[in-house]
Amino acid sequence: MPDNVWVLAEHWRGKLSEITFEALALGRDLAAGLGRELDAVLLGHEVKALAGELGAADRVLCCEHPLLAELTPDIYAEALAQLARQRAPAVVIAPLTNVTLGVGTLLASKLEAPAINFCRDARVVEGKIEALAVMYGGKIECRVTAARAPAILGLWPGSRPAEAGRKSAPPAAIEDAPVTLAAPARVRLKEYIEPEMGEIDISAEQVLVAVGRGIQSQDNIELAEELAAALGGAVCGSRPVIDQGWLALSRQVGKSGATVKPKLYLAAGISGAPEHVEGIRASELVIAINSDPQAPIFNVAHYGAVADALDLLPALTQAVRGRKG
Amino acid sequence: MNILVILKMTPDVVEELEIAADGRSLDAGLLRMAVSEGDEHALEEALLIKERHGGRVTVLAVEAPDVDDALFAALAKGADRAVRISGAGLGLGTRAVARVLASVLTDAHRLLPVDLVLTGTQAIDDLDGLLAPLVAHHLGMPYLGIVAEVAPDPARRTVTVVKEYPGGVRGRFEIDLPAVIGIQSAEKPPRYVPVAKVRAAMKSERIDSALVPSLADTTGPLIEVIEMRKPEAAGRAEMIEGPPAQVADKICEVLAARGLL
Repeated sequence: MPDNVWVLAEHWRGKLSEITFEALALGRDLAAGLGRELDAVLLGHEVKALAGELGAADRVLCCEHPLLAELTPDIYAEALAQLARQRAPAVVIAPLTNVTLGVGTLLASKLEAPAINFCRDARVVEGKIEALAVMYGGKIECRVTAARAPAILGLWPGSRPAEAGRKSAPPAAIEDAPVTLAAPARVRLKEYIEPEMGEIDISAEQVLVAVGRGIQSQDNIELAEELAAALGGAVCGSRPVIDQGWLALSRQVGKSGATVKPKLYLAAGISGAPEHVEGIRASELVIAINSDPQAPIFNVAHYGAVADALDLLPALTQAVRGRKG
Repeated sequence: MNILVILKMTPDVVEELEIAADGRSLDAGLLRMAVSEGDEHALEEALLIKERHGGRVTVLAVEAPDVDDALFAALAKGADRAVRISGAGLGLGTRAVARVLASVLTDAHRLLPVDLVLTGTQAIDDLDGLLAPLVAHHLGMPYLGIVAEVAPDPARRTVTVVKEYPGGVRGRFEIDLPAVIGIQSAEKPPRYVPVAKVRAAMKSERIDSALVPSLADTTGPLIEVIEMRKPEAAGRAEMIEGPPAQVADKICEVLAARGLL
């Protein structure tokens, strides 16, 4: 069917990703708005067994090829471009995760189609797709339209609850969608490197004191460690702190790091870029301390204080110690 | 190894961002521009490769406010050549920037042949696409992003890179050269260069200029921003105000109420 809504069904190491279901939920809304059907596009090698979990779609287009065994952007985009030329979708939703990033842009480039990156939401307005995109590290959002079809939407995690895109019944139709791909691949996965287990598993911690760029220097990490000790929790950090080498890689929260779900996440000097926020959404209580009143972390936190983390962390440590006697 | 690093100037988000009167763009007059963070890491990785394997690092940037400072800083850090592209106009989207870069790279600016093109995995203003895959597409080169280590093997015409996956998992890839790599983070934090050294570079070095014709956009814009705004206050945190000791006390009350103390 032309003009359908497509969701690129992300799977990695044998499992469909959460964002696939989030994207299906969003895709269903767009399909309803356009009066069209929702197709899940499943690319891979010997992946048909996963199609049964994609019942939220009207149809699964199953594209199997040995060169699609591991996701490399070049080949996945080429396969998708071939399918899109044959079937002319109106919208293609491609996740912006570490697994799939780059595929949407390459697809748009091959098709000379509009790409809208950083989408947090999308809707249909007067028959046209309008996306809500988040730019500048979460500080600005914009409403964006595409001049023509297909609109390639790069989707952040968290646009819809994944549950809304899960259905126990299998999809009504599973169609084979063959493509012709030329070997050899120019990008080849040689091996996966498993993370070295740190001295702690932050994803299992109940209380986390997280530090970001606002902590300013490695010496100041101690302020967070003292508070974490007083609260009976652990210290973790956002990307800039890990990149500086101030905390071990095992302490990283966010896109490339851990997804955490503590009872308390206290973010000190963390601006709240989408890549970080995606890792903390399941936290029961988020308290943010940042000197910038416009920091996007305050849109995510339950409680916030505009303050220099270097002043507030010691004050908080002292207050916690006082209460605990 | 001929390594090309693409630097892009993006608004410094440490500063307050204001929406322009048209309601669809940032107020350019108030912006402070800085090299996109990922691009700083790409430059660092290129300099590390040069130190380990030899070679030549060329930095390339499209004209933008403060771009010369960024290019001189790159020269001061150890880049061999800096090229500024002018004539294409200011404030281009990433799709247009990619086309401009590709036109310079296939033209007579002595930038070819190139073995590796490095740039950031993504920039905070890459609304209409990511630069690295776009450039790769235009040049017909393979691409991989979210890369944190790059080790070229010039003899075999390949490069081994490490890409980040979720949950701390990484993947080791082999890629045929020439290739375009989107860098997430360099193996070391980007080196610091003292202002005095940048000033010295401004006196002793020069920036080459590559002039391109302004982009005749035959197809019209592919996307249109109809509104730009600061995120709505809905769901915003309950703010606690006062001096540190007072804020600390109030936070303790919140924690105590939830049995966290």
